[in-house]
Amino acid sequence: MSLLDLDPGAVARARDLAARVGTPIVDLARGHTTVAVERATLRIAGLGGADPDGTPWVNHLADAVRNALAADGGLAHGVSLPVWDALVRGEADDLATLAQKAAAGSVSFRLPTGADAVAAAEAARADVARGIAAIDANRRTREALLAEIGDAPRTPWIYLIVATGDIYEDIPQAQAAARAGADVIAVIRSTGQSLLDYVPEGATREGFAGTYATQENFRLMRAALDETSRELGRYVRLTNYASGLCMPEIAALAGLERLDMMLNDSMYGILFRDINPIRTFVDQRFSRQIHARAGIIINTGEDNYLTTADAVEAAHTVTTSQLLNEYFAKEAGLADWQLGLGHAFEIDPDLPDSFRLELAHALLARELFPDAPLKWMPPTRHMTGDVFRGYLLDGFFNLAGALTGQGILLVGMMTEAVVTPWLSDRDLALQSVRYVLNGAGGLREDFQPSPDGFIATRARRVLAEAIGLLETILDHDGGLLDAIADGTFGLMKRPADQGKGLDGVAVKSGAYVNPAIDLLETTSVARATSETASGHHEGER
Amino acid sequence: MSIVRPYGDTTGDGMVQLSFTLPLPHDKVADGAALQLAQKMGLDPAMVVHSKPMGESFTFFVVYGRVNHLVDTSLVQIVERDYPLLTPKEVNAAVKEGLRRPMVVVGACIGTDAHTVGIDAILNVKGFAGEKGLEYYQELEVVNLGAQVSVPDLVETARERHADAVLVSQVVTQRDAHLINTREMAAAFREAYPSQRRPLLVVGGPRFDEHMADELGVDRVFGRGTTPGEVASYLVHRILAKEIA
Repeated sequence: MSLLDLDPGAVARARDLAARVGTPIVDLARGHTTVAVERATLRIAGLGGADPDGTPWVNHLADAVRNALAADGGLAHGVSLPVWDALVRGEADDLATLAQKAAAGSVSFRLPTGADAVAAAEAARADVARGIAAIDANRRTREALLAEIGDAPRTPWIYLIVATGDIYEDIPQAQAAARAGADVIAVIRSTGQSLLDYVPEGATREGFAGTYATQENFRLMRAALDETSRELGRYVRLTNYASGLCMPEIAALAGLERLDMMLNDSMYGILFRDINPIRTFVDQRFSRQIHARAGIIINTGEDNYLTTADAVEAAHTVTTSQLLNEYFAKEAGLADWQLGLGHAFEIDPDLPDSFRLELAHALLARELFPDAPLKWMPPTRHMTGDVFRGYLLDGFFNLAGALTGQGILLVGMMTEAVVTPWLSDRDLALQSVRYVLNGAGGLREDFQPSPDGFIATRARRVLAEAIGLLETILDHDGGLLDAIADGTFGLMKRPADQGKGLDGVAVKSGAYVNPAIDLLETTSVARATSETASGHHEGER
Repeated sequence: MSIVRPYGDTTGDGMVQLSFTLPLPHDKVADGAALQLAQKMGLDPAMVVHSKPMGESFTFFVVYGRVNHLVDTSLVQIVERDYPLLTPKEVNAAVKEGLRRPMVVVGACIGTDAHTVGIDAILNVKGFAGEKGLEYYQELEVVNLGAQVSVPDLVETARERHADAVLVSQVVTQRDAHLINTREMAAAFREAYPSQRRPLLVVGGPRFDEHMADELGVDRVFGRGTTPGEVASYLVHRILAKEIA
């Protein structure tokens, strides 16, 4: 049932424009590879671990191949052919040994041709297929656990953050948060991890304002939450961040360790971290393909636009980004139920009708993306340190979330901008969420904004502005890349030939082979189980 | 009136409220322990008006009570604003007349800090608290390097752009990262420039103590709630004074 009376023609036009803006970017992503995509492929093929200094073996091996072929295209052919050619030639018995030898400089790599290339590609495909099968198995395990233990009792799912820096402190905190009512646990990453060009290794106990995303930390936390899920009789989801320079590798590790949701935005790294635009779009596509396969729900980062720009003036940038994120996600194989498109409650509470504006924006997202589990982010900009007023604001945020059918509710803390959340802050915040969901969770069925009223009019205007912005982007000679370069999104100008991680990007050669991309694009997880999964999720709303 | 005490609903009643958590299961012992803490903090009488279990081994309390302490406002030390507050128009006019060229301001979040909210509030046109940011000032040339800028990169950019002032924002304070980063930054600028030529160094963030400028080796520290207008006014005051001197 439509609450906003959106013009279906305008909605179709918005989607069409998003596709036209996005298509050249997809072509660009298909035509390039990055060091991170190549390392992720090695990780899927089973290469983990790091040297005693903490440099991962995937970095050693990818760098060695790139250096060995420096005069002959470097990264352009991908690492798969040279690496598995070396294995076929008997340079080492397995990937780990090969990486160690490569780090010591005692392996020679070449780009095989003819029958040698065929043999290398087949060997690579066999190893990578085992990794993809492991990702498939994790997806089936999640589906089995959801069926066996049970799912979150209602939507929105209650999403809570832990972030101590020490995985062994995070675990009891996450378990306590789950017992207190969290349906989703997010482990915030250490500040700065997004700009590391490697994934740290092992269980970590030191981080800044967060805990490093590592394969072992993923494994430890998922195992602990499995235990708590059984205790509580509901499957508690785990979230981390596939963003930054190692986005594809983190996505692969998430698939391999059965994480359930991942933050994954098409442009966040470009705009907010100054990561090279091409690097980001290439890494994005690969990571989304993995998330699609792994049955992971992505959370996009539109809330960030509103932390730097005015939430009323920039409302249409959120809608525009949601449309682009949807296009890129679907192109990569994600289904509607996997699209946790983001938005946030960030309008200045002193503005007249601020809550009605919030409802208009939240309902617009709900109606534009009826089958997506929207990610609803709490106020941050107008949390001033007045914790009492902040508690009220968070209550209204919860009410807007319930009233507009948001799928994932990140619980706001009254001590936002004051301290990292205390135990009591989390408890008080959950009391507010429970009060609102118990008291007003069903209010949605009584809520019918007047067709020409403030809310519906505002929503239509934001959609019109989003269409206008998409048209502006299309008017640029170089489309989205030029628009990003000239600061169309916020005030951040991000030219395509600048930004971090650019030297890790290469145009694919004609000889390029990547069995992970081939398998992700040409095979699918056993159909029967994935239909069950999507039916299950859609049935919840 | 230089002697005051807290005000609940009557002058001189000394009433305060506080809330805290004790790592105790919720029972009468916990309530008694909360009362004891409040009394030791100087609340007399203290009333535990709310106690609630959080999980099995923690209890949350809200306590009201009367304090007998007096505060003497004449003994409070603050950093008074020692520069006149100017409008953007006045800032532009002063720079035009005093420098005869745009004033160059380089801003960044240094170290691993990725929170650009502070530097953006001061620099972005959008601004903060109803005031436009420094990018809005015609006579200010703003270079916002964004997040996670290394100190050597910051120094290099400051040199290249002939910065008059360098603004650094630090939000993350774990393990005193904001203080360590600021000292490192100040030392790098002292090393890279002769003392007369060094750009004005300004740091800001919600957890800085505004008294710490000397200790940190910077010219000025701005705390929570600082507006772009205050920063612009300060820059004009100091940089023009230096040019004239």
